[in-house]
Amino acid sequence: MSDRLPAFGSARAAAPSGRRSLARSLARPSLPAVVGLVVVVAFFALRAPDLLSPFGLATVLDTAAVLGVGAVAVALLLIAGQFDLSVGVVAVSSSLLTALLIGYAGWSTWPALLVSLLAALAVGVVNGVLVVNTGLPSFLVTLATFLILQGTSQAGAQAVAGSTRVSGLDQTPGWSSASALFDGALEVGNGRFTVSILWWLALTALATWGLWRTRFGNAVFACGGARQAARELGVPVRRTTVALFCLTAAAGWLLGTFTLVRLGSVQAGGTVGILSGIDFIVIAVIGGCLLTGGYGSAIGAAIGALLYAVARQGITLAGWDTRWFQALLGVLLLVALLANGEVRRRLKSRPRS
Amino acid sequence: MSTSTTVDGAPAGGTTPVLELRGITVRHGNVPALNRVSAVLPPGRITCVLGENGSGKSTLVSVLSGLQRYDEGELLVDGVPMRFRSARQARDVGIATVWQDLAVAPLLSIWRNFFLGVEPTRGVWPLRRLDIDGARETTVRAMARVGIPGLDPDQPASALQAGERQSLAVARALHFGARALIIDEPVTPMTVARQTLFGQAILAARAQGLAVVVVTNNPRYAHLIGDRFLLLAHGQVAGSLTREDVDADDLTALMAGGEQLTTLTDALTELHPELGDR
Repeated sequence: MSDRLPAFGSARAAAPSGRRSLARSLARPSLPAVVGLVVVVAFFALRAPDLLSPFGLATVLDTAAVLGVGAVAVALLLIAGQFDLSVGVVAVSSSLLTALLIGYAGWSTWPALLVSLLAALAVGVVNGVLVVNTGLPSFLVTLATFLILQGTSQAGAQAVAGSTRVSGLDQTPGWSSASALFDGALEVGNGRFTVSILWWLALTALATWGLWRTRFGNAVFACGGARQAARELGVPVRRTTVALFCLTAAAGWLLGTFTLVRLGSVQAGGTVGILSGIDFIVIAVIGGCLLTGGYGSAIGAAIGALLYAVARQGITLAGWDTRWFQALLGVLLLVALLANGEVRRRLKSRPRS
Repeated sequence: MSTSTTVDGAPAGGTTPVLELRGITVRHGNVPALNRVSAVLPPGRITCVLGENGSGKSTLVSVLSGLQRYDEGELLVDGVPMRFRSARQARDVGIATVWQDLAVAPLLSIWRNFFLGVEPTRGVWPLRRLDIDGARETTVRAMARVGIPGLDPDQPASALQAGERQSLAVARALHFGARALIIDEPVTPMTVARQTLFGQAILAARAQGLAVVVVTNNPRYAHLIGDRFLLLAHGQVAGSLTREDVDADDLTALMAGGEQLTTLTDALTELHPELGDR
């Protein structure tokens, strides 16, 4: 299995194999998320049995898919030691751009989607180049991008379309094929399992393979774990960082496209569901990424997204005040942070000679 | 001999020195950090660079490893003048540097650290992937060669002791075919066990025929492992001696101060005129 980080302890592995495999499984960054997921599913399965009906499952998986696509990309960036707060707003802005190109410029669907993807990638390149060239904290750089895009997309849409809402796109040529690719669904009972789940799983698998089995992945870990050392050893730190910012921007575009294609309309200033940039970071951290970089996994982020979705849907189905969700999310985050801190302490501790 | 004279070691066995410095001067503003320093680093020899803090040791390391540009003089690699523009270039011609910070990513496993930046791959793009088993095996073998056998390459690098981390850097240099190894020793004193490990790695590098430079401020340790000693004071070469010229006590005394060092060197040169040629 590839979601595996080095085990703890002295360099000479003398521990019996049973203890060693225990240590190895504890070293998995996704462990806290898995435990959390089991607990939350068990709890809500009792309180809200509807969660396990086809409808409940479809809703949970659909939410998890949208969140997971963003969170997996953000997790890779976090492992490389950088933040991206602008994913959510890139999602909204790029879908707004697509909608304007279709609705007001009269483009057909695919060219519009392509152009908005390129625009999203341009945002990623700007983020990345600013971060590697200036050495400014990426948290602040992407916060600035977030504000600029938020303001521009709202004011721009108002100026161009005379309203912040663009709708009635589903008569455009090419819409049906885009709809099949981004919003195809399989009806099981009363549940609607969308194709975004496949996107989510595929992206997670690809990211995991890339992280653990390729030179790119090694560079990602090294960028976050020891930037200076990586540079001294000739790892392409700058190129890797910019590529990862492009990845998160592209993930934002994909999220925006999911929503756009599903609703056939877009609202500037809205968010994708309830997502803002910070949610993806929260999920990645719940999934075991260290905020300091150099440690984490894509699988963990995917499980974190599932945990988030189950908790949110569970609270709704149990008939509670949905505002409890935020409190629960905070508790989950805190537990994850404590668990990650422990991991970090154990990994960093150096045996005395 | 004046303090800035050329120190020209007769290359052992007539072989071309791997590295040669000729009158290297580095200025930081008006203050010369290195003043017309010349030295010869032959293969299969350990040259210890000794000097007090601020004597120009670190600048010398930076010049040799391509991080610091020099204002005057020549740096010859295999007798060919070179001008490095980056550490990468120096590495490409086979000059490996073990920095004080050791260039180790603590959370990555040992084998990933070993191959960082030069990972072996198999398969064709887009399925090109790391050759994990090969990399693990190579790491274990390379570490055994510098005196750390039976290592678990999946451990994080943070599980290595300080001396072992230096060994990792040396093993990396050996494996990737370095011809010169520059070692900037940590200022903090190491325990005997760590020092032993590291010493083993350095001797392994010498046995492989590398030109080894060890920058240290421990004269006794230098005398133990070194073949040749380059003494720096105020950015100038204050003396270049071999193991036969001095014993550990002399070296310690020579370390004591720049002026004293110069006087002693002059005295030594008078007694041994052949020293002036070194």
